[in-house]
Amino acid sequence: MSEETPEGVEERAAQLNVAGAVPQIVPDDVTDDLKILLGEFEGPLDLLLHLIRQEHVSIYDIPVARITDEYLRYLRVMQEMDIAVAGDFLVMAATLIELKTKMLLPRDPLAPPEEEEDPRSDLVNQLLEYQKYKAAAQMLWSRATVEQAVFKRAELETDKNNPEVAVGLFDLLKVFQDILARHKEEALLEIEREEISMAEMLERLRNMVMSSGELNLRVFFERARSRRELVLAFLSVLELVRTTEVKLFQRETFGDIVARVAGGTDGN
Amino acid sequence: MATNEQTLNDETAQAVDEAALNEEASRELAAMVAEAEQSSTEAADDDDGAELYVPQSDSERAGVIEALIFVSDEPLSAKAIAEVLKEDKEVIKTAITALAEEFNARNGGLQLREVAGGWQFATRPEYHEHVRAFLKTRPSAKLSIASLETLAVIAYRQPVTVPEILEIRGVQSPSAIKTLLDKKLIVAKGRKDTIGRPMMYGTSKEFLLQFGLKDLSELPSVEDFHDLSGGS
Repeated sequence: MSEETPEGVEERAAQLNVAGAVPQIVPDDVTDDLKILLGEFEGPLDLLLHLIRQEHVSIYDIPVARITDEYLRYLRVMQEMDIAVAGDFLVMAATLIELKTKMLLPRDPLAPPEEEEDPRSDLVNQLLEYQKYKAAAQMLWSRATVEQAVFKRAELETDKNNPEVAVGLFDLLKVFQDILARHKEEALLEIEREEISMAEMLERLRNMVMSSGELNLRVFFERARSRRELVLAFLSVLELVRTTEVKLFQRETFGDIVARVAGGTDGN
Repeated sequence: MATNEQTLNDETAQAVDEAALNEEASRELAAMVAEAEQSSTEAADDDDGAELYVPQSDSERAGVIEALIFVSDEPLSAKAIAEVLKEDKEVIKTAITALAEEFNARNGGLQLREVAGGWQFATRPEYHEHVRAFLKTRPSAKLSIASLETLAVIAYRQPVTVPEILEIRGVQSPSAIKTLLDKKLIVAKGRKDTIGRPMMYGTSKEFLLQFGLKDLSELPSVEDFHDLSGGS
């Protein structure tokens, strides 16, 4: 930055009380440049309305020359400040200058005076129309403000919007029970063998869940070769849920229960 | 490491005991599950067979209506309530209006109000500070003036095309329209049969919800704004 200190710019900006809008200087977070905001004009019509109000003139009888000069002064300031003037502002400038010229021209003495249309009427209608929607926008703004202060009941937790809470202890137990029932039919003869420990079972479950990210508990329970192993398997599921290493969820009511690594990406 | 293993072994020993107990408990619970399931199946059968109880008085009916509006996630229409109660929609409408009058006369923390073509319970705006303090939320970002102006033009002139919006606002508004579309406040309503076939836009149900409107007719007439502007 050269001699033009922020204070210097600010001072210059303060002198530019253009169109009644006190310019504001704000630092740009990204580029470290200083930006100048010249009030909140949403477009050329907005600026024109402001000038008309500032000059205390009637919208139905706009002193075109005066307003045009003010308008152009504003655009010049914008250019001086290296602000890209939106094309829409330039179009309006051209319209105003054209109007100004028309107003300066002497009237056609042959034309009957009552039939001659005021060249400003298009612009006046446009301004009146815009003014309505500007007011409507204000009405919407206040409605939205009130509405933001109104709170509705939070959504109910249902199977549909939160499958993760849909698995209760009873669902888990039911899967366990199914397996147990199947085992009753199969395991008529139980041969003593080296038994797996709780720690080993926990490790097995951890590995199975981690390796694929998720695990159908039916598959896990079915791997158990004895009632004892099955009980351990069941307990290890409870343990990992307790330590929040895994989360249980169900894709649909009465569907298979699936264990998923907690904190992993949500695959839903 | 050794201690660690020791702990694990202890845990295992404990687990075995727990396992035996758990097995017993599981048998017990299983019986309960089976019983519960049986009764729930029976209940389901009952539902299919028998008719719903028909409210015998106005106050009973008002009670049902109140309950239904409470459990509904979205504003509940008179039509939806009429379907449950198997009654005429007009009768239900009258009943809701009476219920709302009675409920709102209490002047409590809640209001029963009509919004976006349905009825819902909501807090009264005057308590927003406490509600926010409890919920630990802050008001969400408001729309920019450009977006609000564009929304106003769309709301009053729908279905309206981008060139028509430009004509009224005197300034291009593509980013405002994109913001409004992203926020689902407006929806595309098809293409206009004219040169260039421009897309037409209109407001959505979300618009009614976010601005607390029953329907579009609740918007004050734009002609009434004639003298109001300029006071800002």
